[in-house]
Amino acid sequence: MSVLEIIRFAMRGLFINRLRTALTTLGIMIGVASVIILLAVGNGSSKAIQASLSRLGTNSLQVRSGGQGFGFRARASASTVKPLTILDTVALTDKTQAPDIKQVAPIASTNGTCVVGTNTTSPSTFYGTWPAYYEASNTSIQSGSYFTNDDVTQARRVALIGPTTATALFGTANPIGQTMRCSGIQFTVIGLTAVKGSSGFQDGDSLVLIPITTMENTITGNQPLNDILVEATNSTTTTAAQNELTAILDARHGITGRKSADFSVFNQASLLTTASTSSQTFTTLLGAVAAISLLVGGIGITNIMLVTVIERTREIGIRKAIGAPKAAILTQFLIEATILSLLGGTLGVIVGFVGSHFTIYGTKPVIVPASVFLAFGVSILIGVFFGGYPASRAASLRPIEALRYE
Amino acid sequence: MAQVLAVLQAVVVEAVASVVDQQPVIEVYDAVKKYGMGDSTIFALNGVSLSIDAGEYVAIMGPSGSGKSTLMNILGALDIMTSGKYFLDGIEISSMDENHLAIVRGRKIGFIFQSFNLIPRTSALHNVELPMAYQGVKPKERRERALVALEVVGLADRVDHEPTELSGGQQQRVAVARALATRPALLLADEPTGALDSKSTADLLDLFDQINAAGRTVVVITHELDVAHRAKRIIRMRDGKIVSDELNKERVA
Repeated sequence: MSVLEIIRFAMRGLFINRLRTALTTLGIMIGVASVIILLAVGNGSSKAIQASLSRLGTNSLQVRSGGQGFGFRARASASTVKPLTILDTVALTDKTQAPDIKQVAPIASTNGTCVVGTNTTSPSTFYGTWPAYYEASNTSIQSGSYFTNDDVTQARRVALIGPTTATALFGTANPIGQTMRCSGIQFTVIGLTAVKGSSGFQDGDSLVLIPITTMENTITGNQPLNDILVEATNSTTTTAAQNELTAILDARHGITGRKSADFSVFNQASLLTTASTSSQTFTTLLGAVAAISLLVGGIGITNIMLVTVIERTREIGIRKAIGAPKAAILTQFLIEATILSLLGGTLGVIVGFVGSHFTIYGTKPVIVPASVFLAFGVSILIGVFFGGYPASRAASLRPIEALRYE
Repeated sequence: MAQVLAVLQAVVVEAVASVVDQQPVIEVYDAVKKYGMGDSTIFALNGVSLSIDAGEYVAIMGPSGSGKSTLMNILGALDIMTSGKYFLDGIEISSMDENHLAIVRGRKIGFIFQSFNLIPRTSALHNVELPMAYQGVKPKERRERALVALEVVGLADRVDHEPTELSGGQQQRVAVARALATRPALLLADEPTGALDSKSTADLLDLFDQINAAGRTVVVITHELDVAHRAKRIIRMRDGKIVSDELNKERVA
């Protein structure tokens, strides 16, 4: 008898047990889909981290108050910490001492709520800075204009806002030229920044930028800077720029050794390495969870095929009694298992592709092509191997024993 | 109806041909089947020799434990004997492996079981087609032969019904159709009326008469006297041996 005929028998067997077929297929489908989606989420989040870091500019360095390292050691030396100031920032612009530094921007940060009529929003980024910030942080505007050095010297009450903030405050209306109150101070919106997208857990578009002088005069008073953003002349000079700025700040803060340093420098390149290492760990973990669910799906197939063989023992006996050779029975059950896993695998790939189109916890999944082939291939192998054992059991049943089975 | 007659005629021609050959359908020499070892050895068959010619209608009788079911399993190539020789339609099958036995079962034997043994949730037509599918008969021819066989047993209007939608008598007739459709050398029935009421039993036995009259060899294993008395030859068994083998005078003039 032909293979086509046996395939038809297998299809009929699966069709007769529709519910069971559907549930088994579901198991494999979930396994395959979760492998694809979870790896896509892992991949997507690592891509997002890389993108958000490179958005700051790969040429940029960030100087932060406090010692190297975090936590205990940084806090222990807090009493001797000299805060970062505008004067530090200005010192870094010295072209003779720091030839590899292109420009420098101070960052004073605050938390505040902005209000327009009944609309309120708390921007996740509320910075006072000056125009060098735009280039160093890769910030551009889609409409209106930047605030200028003149706005900074005059401490004008003008602001750039991000798209998320604009929508929260003004809805669909054009925000340019409108006024808003942030932390009780009235600002005129002069520019709308371009969409940056979210960076991991923070929305990069929930943004308010004002001149640093305005912030100090009206909101925060004369508080130390949170960061100094430094842009190197190009991506190959970041290390040189880091050395130059360290030397300048060491001299200004009276630092003699690295251990007593009261500031730390974050290099985007090294951050990128750290971040991608941690996101790889994250992806591996997600992949392991997904692989387990695929394995569970495979065990589901074995279980179903075993139950099927036991339940159909008598039927197998009848088939053998009326002349079915061992090979025909073996092939039929093997094909049933293969169809189950093929169907589950295909549906899983479809669900995986569809599921990866949605944003999951702020992460846009990016499908890893290898994961699709891997998940699909493994599901087929699982079907053949895990279905093979019950199939060979079915085929080796002696007809009289199988017929006696009730 | 003309088609049915044609099939029956074809069967007769076949049967006549094998009678001319003078070849017995079944030849068993000194069949022994034992279970267990040493002191606990049980002889289910203890030296059975038997010859059945083409066109015979034989009943094998005996109480439970007499070995008649074991004999039926061996005659049906479902089981192998411990020692002895068995020729079915001239072919020695006592030394065959399971794969060849499966082919012999498909081509030479039509089974009818006490519990019908139809494939569940599968239409009568497909049940009748199944043995032919395993033999590699082409779908079109298979369908025609299955429809004719179902017409012979009087179920032409039930071809699409599944076993659960049929009465016991109808299910057994589907089983008869399945057995006939392969044109076997031997129709082997194991307690075929055991699960049927008296009306269905009478119908089935009439069908057996008709099949035998058309030249087909029929062997029925039963413990019911009235069933056995429809056969032309009655073999009685006890303790794994044949105790009597005689023609049924009521049926053979």
